[in-house]
Parts: sequence; structure tokens; C-alpha cells
Amino acid sequence: MPIYEAIALALGMIRAQKLKSFFSLVGAFIGVMFLIAVVSIVKGMDKYVQEDFAAKIFGINTFTVNRRPGVQFGNPGDATRRAWRRRPQLYEDDFHAIRAALPDSFLVAIESSNQAEGVVGTRHSAYIQVSGVSEDLFKIRDYQIAEGRIFTPEEINHSANVVVIGKDVADSFFTGVDPVGNTIRLAGFPYTVIGVVEKQGNVFGISLDRFAIAPYTSAIKKVVNPHKVVDGIIVKSPDEPTMHDAMDRVESIMRSRHHLRPAEDDDFHLDTQEDVLSFWNKIAKVLYTALPMLVGISLVVGGIVIMNIMLMAVAERTREIGVRKSLGARRRDILAQFLVESATLSTTGAVLGILAGLGLARLVKAVSPLPMGVSPMSIVLGIALGVGVGIIAGVYPASRAAKLDPVAALRFE
Amino acid sequence: MSEPVIRTVALTRDYPMGGETVRALRGVDLEIQPNEYVAIMGPSGSGKSTLMNLIGCLDTPTAGQYWLAGTEVSRMTDDELARVRNRQIGFVFQTFNLLPRATALHNVELPLVYAGLPARERKQRAAEALASVGLGDRMEHRPAELSGGQRQRVAIARALVTEPSIILADEPTGNLDSTTSEEIMKILEELHRTRGQTIVMVTHEADIARHAARVVTLHDGMISSDKLKAA
Repeated sequence: MPIYEAIALALGMIRAQKLKSFFSLVGAFIGVMFLIAVVSIVKGMDKYVQEDFAAKIFGINTFTVNRRPGVQFGNPGDATRRAWRRRPQLYEDDFHAIRAALPDSFLVAIESSNQAEGVVGTRHSAYIQVSGVSEDLFKIRDYQIAEGRIFTPEEINHSANVVVIGKDVADSFFTGVDPVGNTIRLAGFPYTVIGVVEKQGNVFGISLDRFAIAPYTSAIKKVVNPHKVVDGIIVKSPDEPTMHDAMDRVESIMRSRHHLRPAEDDDFHLDTQEDVLSFWNKIAKVLYTALPMLVGISLVVGGIVIMNIMLMAVAERTREIGVRKSLGARRRDILAQFLVESATLSTTGAVLGILAGLGLARLVKAVSPLPMGVSPMSIVLGIALGVGVGIIAGVYPASRAAKLDPVAALRFE
Repeated sequence: MSEPVIRTVALTRDYPMGGETVRALRGVDLEIQPNEYVAIMGPSGSGKSTLMNLIGCLDTPTAGQYWLAGTEVSRMTDDELARVRNRQIGFVFQTFNLLPRATALHNVELPLVYAGLPARERKQRAAEALASVGLGDRMEHRPAELSGGQRQRVAIARALVTEPSIILADEPTGNLDSTTSEEIMKILEELHRTRGQTIVMVTHEADIARHAARVVTLHDGMISSDKLKAA
């Protein structure tokens, strides 16, 4: 019997026995649904982290000199934490040394941040990301100014209390009022707003627009860091190859400034986009390791259910098998008929699972900041698993059907 | 004389049953010529169903030989027997044995499916076979939508659609009332007369057996009489 006729026959059987078919589909359905949903979400995250997150947080061809790693997977342990605490601070002078050592095509900036309270009139908010920076930071971050201007090197030199604020800060403190020229108190210090940065959006639902950026020399330095100490020094190189050269260069500058001997490890850290990516890749790996177990269990259960349903079907249709044999069906015809039926069942489950999985991923995307990305491979895999489970689960029942004695089968009531 | 369609020599079939052996057939020698219309009679337990199963290649003998259309089939494997059933034998059962979910047309098509014929040719031949038993207008009906007599006519169409060497009818009227039985017997007679179809019919009703030209009676697994009806 040609395969398409066998499939049509099997689909007819599924339609005729809807409830029973539904139960036998459930296992394959759930397994494949998980597969598709998880892969879609992880893949969406993947794309998001690579394209959006890493670029937004770190920027392309950008690295940051930090006292300790900015992103860390798992618990580094108390000993490591203590070692990090013993590391020397980074100072404004380190910034000047790095700036002097790199060509002008490189952008170098200080960034020191803290949460601080902002107050305008009667409005106040405790959680504003307040940063003390040098002027290149705006270029490194590629901040477009929506209103007003950024501060000048002169304002940095004179420790002017001027501030450029994010869109959220502008909207929440200056509703209906032009923020530029107005005063905002940051950690108690009065600042004049000179500019507003265009909306940056959010990552994982966290707004990137709740910030205020002031010269690192201005009044807030008192609440951000000890005197002359900075959080990080950010370097952006014009392209990728020069970034790695610059990293080597900065590393040797910092080592010599910290008087490290060749055998000693760095007592500072260069954070790059790759750190975020490798952090994410570790999470993705955990998810991808757990996924096959989840999917596997559902499929095994689904396979057992299908096998039982098929055994019942063979018993119920003994007479039909006898009739088919009397009309000339060979063992392999009967075997193929039941294998196709079983595979069709589980594949139908898999197809429904793919639809539900995509729906689930879409739902997750709609109600959470998590993105989704459809992986064609996971759909192919889902179908292949459906067919495979059906065939494996169908082998035993189908071979029992094929071996039935026609005389006994015809006599079966 | 032409070669017999069916020739059995000392055909024997034993069944093991609870440690004992039931000897259902004890050496049956039977020859049936082409175009014959034979009824096999006998009381229950006489071995007529066993003989029917052996002639129909649904079962293999314990001992003895069986030639069907010149080929020895008594030593064939399951799949070879399936092929023989498909090409040479058309079954008509007491309980019709139609597939309940399939239409009349599809039921008749089924042997041709296993013969590997393309769909278009199958449909055409199945439609012709149904028309020849007077069911040209019932092709899309399912068995449940047909009367008993109509169902048996579908089964006859299914039996003859492959143009088999023999039609084996096992109590073909056993589940039908007398009027419908006569109708079915007329169709078989017609097949025999116009197509020269060889028919072997198992029955325990003398009324039905008289339609055949030759009556073979079994008793205790052996042939007790073999009579030609006076022409």
C-alpha cells in the first residue's frame, strides 16, 4: 500500500477515535511543545543578548578596566572575594595614563556610578543611576542628545554642577516643563540640567533611561567614590583588531602602574562584551542540558501511551487484520499499516506541539520582557522526534498484528 | 481433461488441543476442475471449515499435498500464501467481513490495493465489480448503511474483483433470510454460468447445496460421499 494511502487511512482512524487519539497524542504533544517553547525562548534570548544587550551595556569594540569582573557566573567563593577586595583601587591618574598612551582615534572615559536620590520641588525618587563621567562617555555610549547639550571639557575642569539626564528622569521630574535650565538635586547637591538623552529603551524590562550623568569632578564625586578613585575606565577602539592591541597595551600600563612582577596575576580586570556573552552562554548551556531530559521524559511517557493504545487497537481490530490477510495482505503490509498509524498519531501530536510551543513562546514574549526566536532546526527536530517515537512505540504492536494467524483472526469476535 | 484447479492428496490437519491431538482432516483426496460449482457439506465438526481454510490458503496442512492451479501451495511461507490468496482466491464469508469504516467501493478495492494496482485502475475495476452485483448506486455507502443482502453482494464483488481462480464461499447465506439467500445464490449461479467462475461453497444447508452441481460430503475428517447432480 502506498505510504500516502496508509497515512490517509491512519488519519481517518484518528478522526474516528478522537478521544483515544487525543490521549495518545498528549505525550508527544507535551514533549515537542516544551522543546519548541524552550528553544524559541533561549534562541530569542541568545539573539537579544548578542545583538542588543551586550551592545547596549558594553558597546561594540569596547572594554572596561575594572577592579573586579563586572559579570560573574555562579559564586566565585569567599577567598576570591577577599582577594578582589584587597586589589588596589583605580584612580583618575590611571585614566590619564591610558588616555595619554592610546592614539586619538580611541575614546577613553571615566565612569563612576551609584544610586542616588533625586529631588525636584516636591517630587523625589530614590533610585537614579548617578554617574560621574568624562566627556568621551557620550560618544562611547553613542548617546544622542534629544534636548540641550552635553558638558564641555571646561565644565569638567571647573567641576561644574551640570547634568545630562535620561528620558525617564526628564519625564518623571519635569512633566510638561522643559528640563533644560532647571535644577535637580542629586544626593542633595543642586545641579543644572543642560541636556536630555534620547530614549534608550530597556533590557529584560529594566529601563536604561533612569540615569543622570555629571562631570566626574563635580559635587557628586563625594557620594560616588573616595577622592580621585573611579569605578571604571572605558576604552572604545575604532575597530576590533585594534581593540585587542589596546587591551594588551592597557594591561601592560596597568601592570606597571601597579608594580606587578611577571609571575603575578593581574590585580584588575578588563571587561568586554565577550564576558557578558560567555556568561549568557553558560546559562544557555544549562538550559540546553536540562531540555533534553524534560523532552525525553515526555516522549518516553508518550511512547508508552502510544504503544498501549496501539496494542489495544490491534486487539480490537483483530478481525480487520484477518480480513486484510485473507485478501492478500502480507506481514509487511500489516506491519507498515500499524507503524504508519502509530507514527501518524505521534507526528500529529508533534505538529500540535510545535504550534502550541510557538504559541507558548509568543505568550511568554507578550507577558514578559523575554524575547523569542523561532529555530527552524527545532521544528525539524520536533517532527523527527514525533515520527521516531511513533515508529519505536509502534514496532511491538505492529509486529504482533503482522504475526496474527489469519484463521484465528477471522474467527475473532 | 484439463488440469484441476484444486488437487489435494491425503490432506491432513491435526490441531494440538490440551495435550491431545484433534485430527480435523484425516487424508482428503479431492480434485476440482475449472468451472465447477461444488458444495462441501457435513455436520459441524466434520472438518469442512478446516478444509475450507486449507483450500483458501489461510492455513497449511500437517501432512499431504495441495496444488492450486498447478502450483503446490502446501509448503509455502506466510507471505507466499498471502500472494496466492490475493491472486487466486476470492473469499465470501458468512459474516461478510467488510471493513466497517470503509465505503463499499473501498472495501472492493482492498484486494487490488494489496495487488499493488494504481488507484485509478483500482477504482475503475471496483466500480465495475460493484455494478456487476447490482450495487452501482451504492458505492459510497458504508456497510452499516446497507442491508445484509447488499453487504454480501459487496463481499461477492470484492471476491471477484481480482478475477480469482476460485471463489470460496463459507456459509454465504448463513446470516441471511431465505428471500435474500435466494438472491445471493442467484448471483453466484450467474457468476458460474456467465463467467465460468469456479465456486467452492461450504454449507450445512441442503437447500443451499442443491444450487451446486456437485456435492462433497465430509464426515469425521474424511470424504464420505462425492456426488454429481444429475444434469
